[in-house]
Amino acid sequence: MADTLSPAQTPTQTPTGRVRSVPKLVFTDAEAGALEFPSSNSRSFNYFKPQRLRATMYEDVTVDVQPDPARYLTQDWVYGFAKGRGGYPTEWTAAKSSDWHWFRDPNQEWEQTIYKNNARLVRQVEQNIANARNEGAFERWSPAWSRTVAWHVGAWMHPEHGLGMHVFVPAQRDAPTNMINNAISVNSMHKLRIAQDLALFNLEASEARSDFDGRAHLEAWNDDPVWQPVRENTEKLTAIRDWLEAVVAANLAFEPLVGELFRAGFVMATAAANGDFVTPTIMGVAESDLERDLSYTKDLVGGLTHDEEHGRQNIQLFGEWLSRWIPESLNAARSLAPVFSEPEHSPVTFEDTLARARERVREILGELEIPTPKELDQ
Amino acid sequence: MPAATARRQSRTKIHDKIQELSWNPTFATPVDKYPTDYTFEKAPKKDPMKQVLRSYFPMEEEKDQRVFGAMDGAVRGNMFRNVQQRWMEWQKLFLSIIPFPEISAARAMPLAINAVPNPEVHNGLAVQMIDEVRHSTIQMNLKRLYMNHYIDPAGFDITEKAFSNCYAGTIGRQFGEGFITGDAITAADIYLTIVAETAFTNTLFVAMPSEAAANGDYLLPTVFHSVQSDESRHISNGYSIILMALADERNRELLARDLRYAWWNNHAVVDAAIGTFIEYGTKDRRKDRESYAEAWRRWIYDDYYRSYLMPLEKYGLEVPHDLVEEAWNRIWNKGYIHEVAQFFATGWPVNYWRIDGMTDEDFEWFEYKYPGWYDKYGKWWENYSRLKHPNGHGPIAFEDVNYQYPHRCWTCMVPCLIREDMVVDKVDDQWRTYCSETCRWTDKVAFRPEFKGRATPSMGRLTGKREWETLYHNWDLADIQKDLGYVRDDGKTLTPQPHMDLDDPKKLWTLDDCKGYPFPSPNITLNEMSDQERDEFATQYKAGGPAGRFAGRP
Ligand SMILES: [Fe+2]
Ligand SMILES: [Fe+2]
Repeated sequence: MADTLSPAQTPTQTPTGRVRSVPKLVFTDAEAGALEFPSSNSRSFNYFKPQRLRATMYEDVTVDVQPDPARYLTQDWVYGFAKGRGGYPTEWTAAKSSDWHWFRDPNQEWEQTIYKNNARLVRQVEQNIANARNEGAFERWSPAWSRTVAWHVGAWMHPEHGLGMHVFVPAQRDAPTNMINNAISVNSMHKLRIAQDLALFNLEASEARSDFDGRAHLEAWNDDPVWQPVRENTEKLTAIRDWLEAVVAANLAFEPLVGELFRAGFVMATAAANGDFVTPTIMGVAESDLERDLSYTKDLVGGLTHDEEHGRQNIQLFGEWLSRWIPESLNAARSLAPVFSEPEHSPVTFEDTLARARERVREILGELEIPTPKELDQ
Repeated sequence: MPAATARRQSRTKIHDKIQELSWNPTFATPVDKYPTDYTFEKAPKKDPMKQVLRSYFPMEEEKDQRVFGAMDGAVRGNMFRNVQQRWMEWQKLFLSIIPFPEISAARAMPLAINAVPNPEVHNGLAVQMIDEVRHSTIQMNLKRLYMNHYIDPAGFDITEKAFSNCYAGTIGRQFGEGFITGDAITAADIYLTIVAETAFTNTLFVAMPSEAAANGDYLLPTVFHSVQSDESRHISNGYSIILMALADERNRELLARDLRYAWWNNHAVVDAAIGTFIEYGTKDRRKDRESYAEAWRRWIYDDYYRSYLMPLEKYGLEVPHDLVEEAWNRIWNKGYIHEVAQFFATGWPVNYWRIDGMTDEDFEWFEYKYPGWYDKYGKWWENYSRLKHPNGHGPIAFEDVNYQYPHRCWTCMVPCLIREDMVVDKVDDQWRTYCSETCRWTDKVAFRPEFKGRATPSMGRLTGKREWETLYHNWDLADIQKDLGYVRDDGKTLTPQPHMDLDDPKKLWTLDDCKGYPFPSPNITLNEMSDQERDEFATQYKAGGPAGRFAGRP
């Protein structure tokens, strides 16, 4: 080994006759197992406790990347805000945890999963739209349904965008651990992606049908009384300072009561009866995103309600938040009632759908052992 | 195979459509979580960022597949039989630092989104957010692979903990914390995008990878080129914002302030670290390989300063010409990188990687690239090699090798290594040392609630226990090492070593070899001095160097 050439001794003759300076590979035998010495087999990150016996890939690439003075950050944060501590202060939410680092994203999202999942979903949506176009599916919509898609489905792109850009993107700055913030950032991309998909679907429909008004969604969202409470709810969600309150209000109140009610309860349940097989597939993708997003939200909230030290106060706090946000979202949901009776064929009623949405909230809160706020039944 | 081919809608139509997503809120507006003193009332409309998630996700997925393919290939192809330990050891430091700035960049995006009212730029910033999550986790994964396959996993195995508590951590941490804290535009636009990404990612993501390849590691280039390929989008995000900021004259003074701070801090921090990795972490001593100084001149001076920054002058940007020249002066004439590398090597007992000594071949290369190098640094490195195995003597920092342990710069936290430039000042009732006048200005003038007579209520503050040595003032070295956790799994052998020799346990330093060496804090000592003692100390310190020599001791 001692007589290996160093990279410097390497004027390299190339087959073309030119002499080039190229660093030469040197045999170093620096691979695992070449020698035994203290720690030569220490091949796992040993500064955190994995959730199960062995750390997952997700844990390895996520845990402790955002440091914490409560763990190893001995010199504390070296920058502060003009008014307040820097880094990721735990007081940015009113919720408390005896150890914020317990949380793991049940979806185990990291680079590979984020791009695999989202790429798969955009391909699915694109393919569905391409199929619909090639089969002339847009042209088969009745004029009334076409208006519903332009006006109401069109309007729905906005809350998805607003939540993605102004609720979840800011929330992922604030949580005390990398595990929480990454889960929230993935949530924000789901929302932004669906918003864009709906916008481009809208563009597609306006190219396929001459009676499809591609700008109607703007009027619906900005002025139609049916949509104003939804817009108000969305905008108010962007105004929440507490990152966890924002996530709870969006995912545990707005999503089941308004999001699911509209996407699944109305669009997915009504479209087929009106000869539309493509819009439901896009909404279906949003619904599968929601399952993932709900899953991390429930783990996060559930962990906090079960916190040995702070569980009781957290339950009370979440109850207060939900008492504030459920009425807001119920109001938004109710304003959508007229939408349900617009299509020629309405296989579902608004009241049944709303009842199911309420039931869904009750179920989720039950799982989390948070008492259902009385506001849910008002 | 797709049954129907996707007909592509025209790009312009797509982008116009995506702009329809945002609206002007009337019921409530997004909460102002992250204040800024900048104003964007007059900001002109910008071209929409061409960010369509429908193409973005598949494009990145494809890039990922190439990276993962290369990783599999490297393991199957036994890449580690050819990697240089000297190089890999420095990766223990580099890869402990870099995922943090990456993830911080993700967290910084809402600061910029919130500060800049123009929705046209929001999409690009949101996509950058998820890019940065990608970068952070892809780099952690690379490090995990190194830990699994490289001969010495010690140091990789404690990576994120060690980054948090080591004596070099804060140096790297500014490059990250600086993105997410303080005035939103200072942090997320000027510090992060205009300087860190636009200027310094070239040395990080282009110069580093080629040096890695020269040391047998072709995985780092694969990963970092994949990261770098997202960077041009980020650079245009920042560029849009700075043009918007320049449109309002009230911002110009703040821009000038922030560019001075951000430029100087990035230089101090990034050139210290990356310069050391590239010049002292390599075995490639071909004379025609670019030195860090040469790379800097090309990437940063010519491409960034002359081709990017200077053209912004005509829009009213005050470019810190003096500081660009002085950064170059520090690198070229004042030996900045050599001084830093020497400091790192001096501190080997309190870090978590092994540092190889320099050989005659290295000396020859340094002399060729940096004429006069041997006279300044050669002797010290000879001492380093002489003291590399435990043999009844202490680590080099505790032996008489004519090296005065340096004071830290309160601002950039790199020590005041260019001795004659050290500044001592009493700030916030504490005597502090600074590596340079600009670092003193950053603390005393820039990071304050008032600047040039105007209120700057959003400007951040420098906080924390900024001098690492303060934490362990006069502790015994072995106790410090135990407290840091830089001990191998036999409970006594140190993680760090001042050599590459793993073949003989007798060559490895243990806790026992480090007992009996108290480690004082220079800053505490400074604050205990009388005025006269302090003046004398400053005069003596400034007369010292190069290479840490005591004044009057050649
Ligand atoms: Fe990045
Ligand atoms: Fe400094």
